[in-house]
Amino acid sequence: MRAAARASAVALVVLVLVGLWELYRWIWTSAGWTWPFVVDSTSMPHVWTILKAFGQPTQVNQPALGTLLFHKALFTMKESAVGFAIGAVVGFTLGCLLVHSRLLQRGFLPYLVASQTIPILAIAPMVVVWVNPKLPPSLQGWGAVAVIASYLTFFPVLINTLRGLQSADARALELMRTYAAGRWSVLWKVRVPASLPFVFAALKLAATASVVGAIIGELPSGLQSGLGGAIINFNQYYSLEPQELWATNIVAALVGIIFFVIVVAAEKAIVRRAPEAAT
Amino acid sequence: MTARLMRKAGEWAPALAVFVLVIGAWEGGIALFHVQQFLLPRPSDIVRAFFSDRHTLWPAGWYTFKEALGGFVAGSTLGILAATFVGRFKSVGTAFMPIAIAANAVPIIAFAPIFDVWFNPLSPVSKMAIAAVLCFLPVMVNTLRGLQSASPRQIELMRSYAASELEIWRRVRVPTALPYVFTALKVASVLAMIGAIVGEYFGGAFTALGVLINSDAQIFHFVTAWAGILLASMLGLTLYGSVVLVERLVVRWTPAAGEA
Amino acid sequence: MSAAQQSVVSIEGVTKTFPHGNVTALQDIDLELEPGEFVSLIGPSGCGKSTLLRVIGDLIQPTSGTVTVNGKPAHKARVDHDYGIVFQDAVLFDWRTVAKNIALPLEMLGWDRERRNARVAEMMELVELKGFGDHHPWQLSGGMQQRASIARALAFEPALLLMDEPFGALDEMTRERLNLELLSIWERLASTVVFVTHSISEAVFLSTRVVVMSPRPGRIAGVVEIDLPSPRGVETREAPRFFELVTEVRELLRKRGEHLFPEEELL
Repeated sequence: MRAAARASAVALVVLVLVGLWELYRWIWTSAGWTWPFVVDSTSMPHVWTILKAFGQPTQVNQPALGTLLFHKALFTMKESAVGFAIGAVVGFTLGCLLVHSRLLQRGFLPYLVASQTIPILAIAPMVVVWVNPKLPPSLQGWGAVAVIASYLTFFPVLINTLRGLQSADARALELMRTYAAGRWSVLWKVRVPASLPFVFAALKLAATASVVGAIIGELPSGLQSGLGGAIINFNQYYSLEPQELWATNIVAALVGIIFFVIVVAAEKAIVRRAPEAAT
Repeated sequence: MTARLMRKAGEWAPALAVFVLVIGAWEGGIALFHVQQFLLPRPSDIVRAFFSDRHTLWPAGWYTFKEALGGFVAGSTLGILAATFVGRFKSVGTAFMPIAIAANAVPIIAFAPIFDVWFNPLSPVSKMAIAAVLCFLPVMVNTLRGLQSASPRQIELMRSYAASELEIWRRVRVPTALPYVFTALKVASVLAMIGAIVGEYFGGAFTALGVLINSDAQIFHFVTAWAGILLASMLGLTLYGSVVLVERLVVRWTPAAGEA
Repeated sequence: MSAAQQSVVSIEGVTKTFPHGNVTALQDIDLELEPGEFVSLIGPSGCGKSTLLRVIGDLIQPTSGTVTVNGKPAHKARVDHDYGIVFQDAVLFDWRTVAKNIALPLEMLGWDRERRNARVAEMMELVELKGFGDHHPWQLSGGMQQRASIARALAFEPALLLMDEPFGALDEMTRERLNLELLSIWERLASTVVFVTHSISEAVFLSTRVVVMSPRPGRIAGVVEIDLPSPRGVETREAPRFFELVTEVRELLRKRGEHLFPEEELL
């Protein structure tokens, strides 16, 4: 029952957005306003044009755009999923290690923070060149992109894991000390459960980050099989067929949302009390 | 006084030690392992290029920094305004949150080419727009959370003074929200710079840093490309650091709620 | 310091039901408070004492019945700043210093800075927080925070003081000390106090009258006149009459299921 209510809420939101789009378009074209940007069929195609484009092939004798984008989406999702997994595991593990040493924290955290200011787009080509030869042929290409995606994922997971592990109730830790419990036992029995809400909050962020990382990673590596490649392609033809790029973006947005929803569902399954309501 | 300074120095010592170790290992390792210059030039080479190329590099950095700053200011301001508006009318807020959360899951960067179409790719406005969109959501969501986190007892106290909504806003909700706002601004500051640079990848003026890094890499001038990356990173950290500084001045109390 | 005006609180037929869960928090409450009284409301959880306090303060509106404060309806009394309120948590603002916290109601009343500073200094002296004005709330102990909260409530010298278990979170020794301080403040200001508490000995020690309430629905089970001599001090707690009164209140509380009229329960 609640699922039906939620589904109709989503449908309502989509309808409102479509309505706003067309309304904006209509007002701006009628009034001829050029701020913030000129509105015409190239800069803002009709929603219907975009939707129709899904059913049409982009070139002669090619499958329909929808099918094309579907496969590209799967490709990108593969990269994101692997990147997400790697980043989450690395971030979590690092967090579990760092929580035991203030010294290591103070030594490394500033750089981990600074590392996020490095534009991955700039170092992506280097990552690709470095990682690809090290991978078996079946993993080459997209494997490097997964690594790039993991770069964006690991940081929020690390930071939140650390905070979560440190948030354990001081009295619970004292109790474990009375049992003369070892460091790892304390970690597993007390700290990790305490960290779960924080970790899941980070995973929700990381889900999106991994998709962003995958798309960005595809750009310099020249991979055609993913959404990033599609974006570059359709960007070149934009003035001729604007709706194709828009269609790609809609698919990219959906991929991001789907990933997010998966993490939320996983959270509900694993943490059986009310999940963290915050972003 | 000196005790405090010593303590502060002690806090930063491990980081400094790591810095020295890593740079040293990097410098030595490159020579030792004959790593391709493409992947990782020597730090000394990078620093040299950073200064020798400063006539092209630094203005480009400034150009991109302005884009990031403009986007940061625009996006954050809009985010705070939106949160204030939504917070004022509670029903809008609860309906709006799921939409905002879903919107947060959309990879905005995919829209970079479209922003280029809307606002001439050579104009900084297109990159500012990307940066602004990236900043808007985290700032809005966190500001809203902050505004809603005032303790009910404090509100009750204000009602006992027959305070108007505006006074409650001014005296309770805004101060409570400030720590949350600054947390979001820190995140946004980093996103702004990254947004500007990634946006430039899809096309931008030659005077922009992202374009410069990209073109340098494409003609195999890797050392200069790395110098550009170093500059981009420094600029991102500068923006972040400025936000931290402002936070220290404005939020002078220990936040009751802590950081998000 | 000028003497506070005297206050009269009149509660007639007040009933409060909360729609969620159909809870009758208060039923047919009738109570008259004389000027200068110190009245405690005591009872088990759910008896409605905190609700009644908030009804007097117009923070909750009764479902039926009227509340008159100083001859005005409760709403107007709130708008006219006729009372000060103290909660169990100090509810101080972390982003203000102690002095600025105490000054809050004065700011809201539009006092100019000189007048505010003078009054804040007076109040800090009254509650013995002198010298802590520039501290922030988290730098103070629980007892000190609560004293700041009382100073704030009294800053504009209200004729009526509403207190909701203000010392509940403190240890017993601090509590007894603050009880004495509160009494001396009360005597100096000659205000009327409505004091909600869980502690029988505190209620008997502080009050001129103790109103015992019973739950489900919230009702007045009985009233005990406290005829202990003034001024009260440490010795009062050890007087035989004190124990008699405590026992009386305790007995009333135990009989909480039955509805007793005030005349019936006299010894």
